[in-house]
Amino acid sequence: MRIVLGALLGAASMLAVGQAYAAEKLTIATVNNGDMVRMQTLTDDFKAKNPDIDLEWVTLEENVLRQKVTTDIATKGGQFDVLTIGTYEVPIWAKKGWLVPLDHLGADYDTADLLPPIRDGLSLDGKLYAAPFYGESSMVMYRKDLFEKAGLTMPDSPTWDFIAEAAKKITDKPGEVYGICLRGKAGWGENMAFLTAMSNSFGARWFDEQWKPQFDQPEWKDTLSFYVNLMKEAGPPGASSNGFNENLALFNSGKCGMWIDATVAASFVTNPKDSKVADKVGFALAPNKGLGKNANWLWAWSLAVPAGSKKTEAAEKFIAWATSKGYLDLVASKEGWANVPPGTRASLYANPEYQKAAPFAKMTLDSINSADPTHPTVKPVPYTGVQFVAIPEFQGLGTTVGQLFSAALAGKSTVDEALASAQQVTTREMTKAGYIK
Amino acid sequence: MATRQTHILGRILVAPSIVLLFLWMIVPLGMTIWFSLLRYSLLDPGSESFVGLLNYQYFLTDPAFFTALANTLVLVGAVLAITVVGGVLIALLMDQPIFGRGIVRLMVIAPFFVMPTVSALVWKNLLMHPVSGLFAWVSKLFGLTPVDWFTDYPLLAIILIVSWQWLPFATLILLTALQSFDEEQKEAAQMDGTPPLAFFFLMILPHLARAITVVILIETIFLLSVFAEILVTTGGGPGLATTNIAFLVYAQALLQYDIGGASAGGIVAVVLANIVAIFLVRLVGKNLDA
Amino acid sequence: MARRITTTRRITVTAAGWLVGFLIFFPILWMVLTSFKTELDAFSTPPQFLFFHWTTENYAIVQTRSDYVHHAMNSIILALGSTLVCLVVGIPAAWSMAFAPTERTRQTLLWMLSTKMMPAVGVLIPIYLLFRDTGLLDTHVGLIFIEFMANLPIVIWMLYTYFKEIPKDILEAARMDGATIGKELVFVLAPMAVPGIASTVLLNIILAWNEAFWTLNLTTVSAAPLTAFIASYSSPEGLFWAKLSAASTLAIAPILVLGWFSQKQLVRGLTFGAVK
Repeated sequence: MRIVLGALLGAASMLAVGQAYAAEKLTIATVNNGDMVRMQTLTDDFKAKNPDIDLEWVTLEENVLRQKVTTDIATKGGQFDVLTIGTYEVPIWAKKGWLVPLDHLGADYDTADLLPPIRDGLSLDGKLYAAPFYGESSMVMYRKDLFEKAGLTMPDSPTWDFIAEAAKKITDKPGEVYGICLRGKAGWGENMAFLTAMSNSFGARWFDEQWKPQFDQPEWKDTLSFYVNLMKEAGPPGASSNGFNENLALFNSGKCGMWIDATVAASFVTNPKDSKVADKVGFALAPNKGLGKNANWLWAWSLAVPAGSKKTEAAEKFIAWATSKGYLDLVASKEGWANVPPGTRASLYANPEYQKAAPFAKMTLDSINSADPTHPTVKPVPYTGVQFVAIPEFQGLGTTVGQLFSAALAGKSTVDEALASAQQVTTREMTKAGYIK
Repeated sequence: MATRQTHILGRILVAPSIVLLFLWMIVPLGMTIWFSLLRYSLLDPGSESFVGLLNYQYFLTDPAFFTALANTLVLVGAVLAITVVGGVLIALLMDQPIFGRGIVRLMVIAPFFVMPTVSALVWKNLLMHPVSGLFAWVSKLFGLTPVDWFTDYPLLAIILIVSWQWLPFATLILLTALQSFDEEQKEAAQMDGTPPLAFFFLMILPHLARAITVVILIETIFLLSVFAEILVTTGGGPGLATTNIAFLVYAQALLQYDIGGASAGGIVAVVLANIVAIFLVRLVGKNLDA
Repeated sequence: MARRITTTRRITVTAAGWLVGFLIFFPILWMVLTSFKTELDAFSTPPQFLFFHWTTENYAIVQTRSDYVHHAMNSIILALGSTLVCLVVGIPAAWSMAFAPTERTRQTLLWMLSTKMMPAVGVLIPIYLLFRDTGLLDTHVGLIFIEFMANLPIVIWMLYTYFKEIPKDILEAARMDGATIGKELVFVLAPMAVPGIASTVLLNIILAWNEAFWTLNLTTVSAAPLTAFIASYSSPEGLFWAKLSAASTLAIAPILVLGWFSQKQLVRGLTFGAVK
């Protein structure tokens, strides 16, 4: 056994020596979303500029990717050189010292050009720990033709009351047109992303300054009852298991009057290849309640380097390439401006060619700029993050609470019951985790 | 009957399996038991501390625990019932002189080839979706309101998907067992004019008893740990309607990254699985001997 | 095999068999059809059965986006490798338990099955740490080992059941004739065990092929099998059902071929039994 092991180790070290002479190989873990897939196809450009660096891609769906990357970085498995992570992970991991601060992105990288809310969300103590690859907020997408038919005009920044009224007017259940489609599937990144952002606009918050859960407060009751009633009257059947993609399919096949979801969806719903309603979609800011916060979130898929990586230099070179202005130009020249990864750089939104190619550009920018991850709520909170709470416990908590809220949506429990249970489980978990003394 | 020599040989032949499986069991089990006694969050390494049975206390008093336990048992029981009854009937049919038998058999076995997450996604979005799914279209053809599967019958929907995946397994094992059934006996019975039902209950079913036992035991093991299908269809909801023990452990391990809690959940799951297994063996185990 | 089968009976069972087969197969058929649709057609209502715009663009996309052959090879290596090891270790064990049972055989069998009761998610971290320290992450050897250990109890159980079906008196007769254990194995046991072994092999290959927890979490690139290939097409942001269907169709194609051959093997096993 020992001999075999020795031989294996020997072979492994020889391989390692062999690699030092050959090109350095970066293993990049990334999500299977369209913009990343496109990046993969543009690898040749990077290799032409950096012949001594090889790229190896691990492209996976979000859930699988997250669990792999987290397991690996927490156990220091060292399987990846570049990680794709979101605004939820970055502040937590940076605090743990798991990420390398990105100090060497190059002179022409222009960090100041990154959109401030996104840059803030990815920084800790003024240092950037991940570079945004694409950013998104959420907004209202609506059917201009249906609004016209109903004699309605969508304001640029609608209130929740207007949204509810419009949704009810548009709904034509026998004709399979539902006034509004919203996320309902349980999960911290599914219904809770939407509901947490929505609750911010209603003046609610997850925790008070002492980390005491706030589901017993009237603001949450308003949020959840409004959501449940609205969906009952104007939502599609099966809403409690609809996530982003289910709603996208419904909207694209012409069954939703409005849909409030990620700004990246704008490029899907306006693409005639994927959408029956491509030329009939309008955009508006996520709704508000007049309290100074809109119901929009903020997310950025970002590239980071795990601490302990021996290829930091090459990894930063790659990150600088993939998130630079030059990369945007590259995508524009090969695939057109509409396919450029959105939501990261101010210069992109100043570009008239982009504004022309992407009718949703202005609304996306306004949405992102109106989100503030450091002050997400009306009342003060001890956490950062708009549609999430940037603490390690949130994924589990969010999913449990998400199940309770999906039950309220499905009519399996009342709003009051759901909120009472949410208060109870959250208090329990926060006590276990040591936040509540 | 067996000689001393064969006994010794028998031990030697079994030994590698036992040793390997023992190591495979004891090393992770030991580590898991140890972790279950720690406060150990993967996202906060270096802060491990011994907390005794606290993790067990939290897992067992989780308000979701008993619902999850009940859901687990319902899921396992229902899928077992569907696959065993369905499997016997389909195996009997597949054993008949069907024209193009090879292709039909392959079609019946095929669902087993599809990855669980894929079949769950296909069922949820292309078949069961109340607006754009195929089932909705079929019910509208008959003038019925489409069933809103994941809102009104979420657990049943999961049971159907999982049963579809495991029916081929039961069919395949039972079919193989059926084929070792003596042709001469079959023909003799046919010539005697034994009524088919009597033939089935008196001859075929006893012959299949051991295979059915194996199907039940092996499926139970897999069904106790179903969670991928739940994750991609309902995320355990609405409410706790589709949360089972495996999903709870999943949430602890890969959402919360609470290794202490997940380990405790894992140990609880092992204990529960053993109880179920002992119960099942009491019920059907006599078929294993003889 | 002179069986008198009336034509009516044959037609009835054929109709029933095809109907059942079709119903069970339908979701897969639907998936395959979807793989030839555009993303927009995939969820159109009313659903389109045959008269839609057939396209192979999904396959073209899958082709350019990922290295199907690499993943398929890894799946084959993994499935065959783990099955082979399972048989080498499992056949002797099952044989001896079936033909030379001791008073502890039943307990041993149950204990073996109980090693599978630990939910995989619960032991991911221990195994990951062990693999990291032994350098087995993302290696074929490591994955084959995991799949072997995970499936060994199943293999032993199934083989044990099938071996038990073999009538003991045949063995007794062979022993009377002075056959050694080796000969007993090769000439008497083996032919009768073929259908059982064939179906065990098939099931084990399928289990290894579809196992999506360990194969996803313990691999990155070099050993990543088709499960990882699939995971790069499921649930992205955006419409994906047609592309996922294409990827899944590609992923089940090899094993469908294998299923075809092994089910022939099953039939051959049957004829053996009838001829004896």
